[in-house]
Amino acid sequence: MNQAPLVALVGNPNAGKSALFNALTGARQKVGNYPGVTVERHSGRFALDDGRPVELVDLPGAYSLDPSSPDERVTRDVVTGTQAGERLPDALVIVVDAANLDNHLRFTLQLVSLGLPVVVALNMVDLAKRDGLELDAEILSQELGVPVVPTVAVRRRGLDDLKHRLTALLQAGPVVRPGDGVVEDIVTLQRRARAISEKATISETAVRRWTHRLDAVALHPVFGTILLLGLLFVMFQAVFAWSEAPIEWIESGMSALGNVVGGALPDGFFRSLIVDGLIAGVGAVVVFLPQILILFLFILILEASGYMVRAAFLMDRLMASAGLSGRAFIPLLSSFACAVPGIMATRTIDDERDRLTTILIAPLMTCSARLPVYTILIGAFIPTRQVLPGIGLQGLVLFALYIFGIVGAFVAALVLRRTVTKGSSSGFMMEMPKYQWPNVSDVLLGLWQRAVIFLKRAGTTIALTTVVLWALLSFPKPPTGSDVSPVDYSIAGRIGHQIEKVVAPIGFNRDISLALLPTMAAREVAVAAIATIYSIDNPDQDSGEHRLVDQLRSRWSLPTALAYLMWFVFAPQCISTIAITRRETNGWRWPAFMVGYLFVLAYIAAGATYWVARAIGL
Amino acid sequence: MNATAALSVPRPLAEMPRRKSGRVAAVDWDRLAVPEARRLRELGLDEGVQVELLHQSAFGRGPIACRIGRMTVALRRHVARVIHVTPDAA
Repeated sequence: MNQAPLVALVGNPNAGKSALFNALTGARQKVGNYPGVTVERHSGRFALDDGRPVELVDLPGAYSLDPSSPDERVTRDVVTGTQAGERLPDALVIVVDAANLDNHLRFTLQLVSLGLPVVVALNMVDLAKRDGLELDAEILSQELGVPVVPTVAVRRRGLDDLKHRLTALLQAGPVVRPGDGVVEDIVTLQRRARAISEKATISETAVRRWTHRLDAVALHPVFGTILLLGLLFVMFQAVFAWSEAPIEWIESGMSALGNVVGGALPDGFFRSLIVDGLIAGVGAVVVFLPQILILFLFILILEASGYMVRAAFLMDRLMASAGLSGRAFIPLLSSFACAVPGIMATRTIDDERDRLTTILIAPLMTCSARLPVYTILIGAFIPTRQVLPGIGLQGLVLFALYIFGIVGAFVAALVLRRTVTKGSSSGFMMEMPKYQWPNVSDVLLGLWQRAVIFLKRAGTTIALTTVVLWALLSFPKPPTGSDVSPVDYSIAGRIGHQIEKVVAPIGFNRDISLALLPTMAAREVAVAAIATIYSIDNPDQDSGEHRLVDQLRSRWSLPTALAYLMWFVFAPQCISTIAITRRETNGWRWPAFMVGYLFVLAYIAAGATYWVARAIGL
Repeated sequence: MNATAALSVPRPLAEMPRRKSGRVAAVDWDRLAVPEARRLRELGLDEGVQVELLHQSAFGRGPIACRIGRMTVALRRHVARVIHVTPDAA
């Protein structure tokens, strides 16, 4: 079979590769993974001038053929034909930033010397012009010995010319250029690149670059910080406010669907599987979508406009004290809404160890799903006393729980960075791209891809585990006439009784032990699970929140309640987070480690709380 | 030449006046971690290159933003300290 020719897009980070990729392929894209690494493979198709289809693959941005990250290693391996699961490209499109020629040409020179058919896209010529730089593509082409096409990918300019050149290249078939071998020495290459760049520059006037004027505000220690906090405030308001209605639609839609399906099916195993297992499981996944999409709308716009690196710049000092980079700030902040989109957002961290550390501590940020549990337990056990005028004890306890999470994350990051994610990183050293207006279709395409990735990869795991959890909670059924509750009798109940032996020393009673397993589906389930246990225990009592509070007060001691609150700060009780960690680290190793260390931390913290509370006679 | 000699003594990039451009006179590559040094070279830093301190963050403790050639780059302060710059004559 004759395969479509493979063309690889390759270039420095910030050269506008992804914009060019979107411009060429439109929505005909596929996102996959390279085998064995966490690097995403973006591929798509487009037609050449003669109508032949071409497969285009967007390689991760790199600075040279000497890789310093898994992403850069994939790029090198693909262009040298040694990447597993990828054939050697038939041609390369090298994307360079016109305003950064002297730097980007260094990698271009290396790539050209590989001997593959090459066309260079001299991208962002409009921004270069804005900065007072005029270039001669002809001279550049002569110097490099390959065709050069000026493009503006975000404005879809120069694409026809590029396709035209590519068609000619692929029709001509493999060319043999007088290769002088790949030059490894970065200094020699850099000097050659600079010489070529000087020749190709027609004029260079020092126009006041307005990027610098914007940066004077955006990077200012005071005004820049105020701007960042303002932006974050709007972002989080939106994440909660805009998602409220869609989440309600999804929940009511799912429960309506459950009712319709439930009404149509006879009572029994099958109905329970469909309604309580499958529909509830799918609902549990889809309900995350509104918050993910809103958060990513902001992240994509901030990224595409060039602001994201500025935010990282402002926060680097703070994050560096935990051994992380400024890039970790936004993902960690997002995790206060929900760790799932937060962990997905760590893709903007290019250092692999920094990224892994950030993923591992993200669940310690108190997510919004913990709030219902905190509220009900604090309401039941902490008196509504004023500690100081205007400062209530309840609010103080809630605040303390958030702080415990943050401090825990900070300490965990420091320890992890010295142990499992040890090693010198490239620190915080990055190019600050020029500001530009984001392209609407690029942003929408990015949102679409995040949604698909979440639903397909994480979604299937989440839905599956929800169904498994349902099965564990539903089977086996107690024999008719038995006075054992269905939950107690089920496999989950039996596991719960085993768990009880483990958690009894830290003050957890039977109710908590039984609720621990269902709570894995989602933290907010904890309240419902305990309420269910009580309603099953006392079927004649009326349910409702007040009854639950009374039940809690009469059955739990204060040390137990405090220990359970502390447990919630640390315990990785969320299948979705575990699933997304598996997806983002491409294996079970890191999610397993994360679950392990967080459970140990939770056990110690809850235990210490319980023992101290008992010792001081609470 | 003599009049500007005092001004053109190389000093660390971190201590250059803002918006005052100069040429990199020397870099203590040995004082950087290996990945740091490599990334810095990849960002185009080299002896003889035009640089300029643009922005400081967090009151003299956080990273700095500087121009290397035509590119704006964020660096941590300890990196900016090992880059020695000869200020351009006014």
